[in-house]
Amino acid sequence: MLNEARREQLDKIIKRYPKKQAALLPALYLVQEQAGYISKEAMQYIADYLEIPYGHVLGVVTFYTMFYDKPIGRHHIQVCTNVSCRLLGSEPLVSHIGKQCSIKPGETSEDGRFTLSEVECLGSCGTAPMMQVNDDYHENLTVEKVDALLESMK
Amino acid sequence: MTDTDIKYLLPGIPDLHKINVYEKEGGYGALKKALGMKPDDVIEEVKKSNLRGRGGACFPAGLKWSFMPKNSEKPKYLCVNADEGEPGTFKDREIIEHNPHALIEGTLIASYAMGVTTAYVYIRGEYVKWMKILEAAIEEAYDKKYIGKNIAGSKYSVDMYVHRGAGAYICGEESSLMNSLEGERGYPRVKPPFPAQYGLWGCPTTINNVETLANVPVIINNGADWYIKIGVEKHPGTLLYGVSGHVNNPGVFELPTGVLLTDLIYKYGGGVRSGKKLKAVIPGGSSTPILRGDSIEGVRMDADSLMEAGSSIGTGGVIVMDEDTDIPDIIERISRFYHHESCGQCTPCREGTGWMEKIIKRINRGEGKLKDLDVLLDVANNIEGNTICALGDAAAWPVQSAIKRFRDEFEAKIDVEKTAAA
Repeated sequence: MLNEARREQLDKIIKRYPKKQAALLPALYLVQEQAGYISKEAMQYIADYLEIPYGHVLGVVTFYTMFYDKPIGRHHIQVCTNVSCRLLGSEPLVSHIGKQCSIKPGETSEDGRFTLSEVECLGSCGTAPMMQVNDDYHENLTVEKVDALLESMK
Repeated sequence: MTDTDIKYLLPGIPDLHKINVYEKEGGYGALKKALGMKPDDVIEEVKKSNLRGRGGACFPAGLKWSFMPKNSEKPKYLCVNADEGEPGTFKDREIIEHNPHALIEGTLIASYAMGVTTAYVYIRGEYVKWMKILEAAIEEAYDKKYIGKNIAGSKYSVDMYVHRGAGAYICGEESSLMNSLEGERGYPRVKPPFPAQYGLWGCPTTINNVETLANVPVIINNGADWYIKIGVEKHPGTLLYGVSGHVNNPGVFELPTGVLLTDLIYKYGGGVRSGKKLKAVIPGGSSTPILRGDSIEGVRMDADSLMEAGSSIGTGGVIVMDEDTDIPDIIERISRFYHHESCGQCTPCREGTGWMEKIIKRINRGEGKLKDLDVLLDVANNIEGNTICALGDAAAWPVQSAIKRFRDEFEAKIDVEKTAAA
């Protein structure tokens, strides 16, 4: 399930903790990095690898918002809509992005390119409004800036 | 003392994140000094400094450290809380980005003082960029033998690792953080037992916020007597204030505790945007009670002063709202947040946060009833104090304070005549 390089990485991470189970979140990230999401089979694989029950892995995957149990778009657009961003216009930005990508928050575009999410505070309140696309923060957003970004992702 | 020039967390030195630059500025000198002291003396110095936690609860750091058992057969752990998630808070990432070695040095001093063998930095999952910066800094410190076996030539050994969270606000709560680190769902634990007795894997554990630990090197270097003179004596040091919302110049400002809230907004934050009037301020992150703009004259940013004003210093994240702000709309957004982030373990919080969101939503839709405000307060009052962790209180305070201080705005959305009969 995990390629060799990632398996080695996981083995190294496991050594940081007195119990293997503590490597669960890191292990799930490795799976997700490789496959884009965490399938039932991958959960079973991780459960076996860390010697914990499958049900435990499933419970953890479903608890945390950053783990995906279904495939998502190549570009995960996550717009912060919490207080500071809302005060500075995150709502119109969400509608604008939705229109540009023909999707609503929570949906993935048909071509699999974009997933749009409204998310909670990302700790960028001083540079609001902002969004995260995959691992990267984009701050002090304007409609023009967003359009340029979307263009670059096509 | 109101020396606003003291900046030790974010001194603005170029490339301070690199270990060579940090060392040139005297970095890791405090660690060497501490390693020459008895661990208990280090704790004593931090106690004397009155350093209080920067994660929101303001608990005295030295006292917290002193709860760790001296003789433990089990290993002891330190968790660095970098799960920064309270809306309006964006300060710890500044330390990690610009001064990561101050955090590492503070962590190592704290670890030595408590006899910790492993320190884990639990960082929020979205902070990928900052995680990489911190990991690079930790690697540098390992290479220079400040971390690892026999650090800085002493007999003391300690490891330090970064552990990435996965998007749950609740994991900033210390017991939930430990569960998450153990590979569990992030459910808070019932206290007692407290972490110092029964923490990670049942071993003695202390959890400190990033900013708290980054304060430790200057305390050891300059002494508690020096430190206690910065800002307010009962809550000394500098704070990283995050100013956001409707201000001209948002950002993080390092200033002593006790700075005037009005100075933060007008002097440092550049005043309210577009020359508008101030309507409201949330002074310390979204959970802290909202204040009316016309009530903040003379209010200072420290634990006691804000408590007197009917709010709390929290994380020092100041959210500024201008005269056009729809307060019930903002409170609905805050309630949605706490509902979404409630872990679901305690009934009052799981059910109550959902009800609060629904009722405020109904009021905002123009379908509110006159008695809704009393129902809201009733729900909030029944969440507060009745849950395992403080998320329930955090959800209740914004609602309670907004109804108390902006009741007219809620009532204006309710058609009194139409609903009086209902």
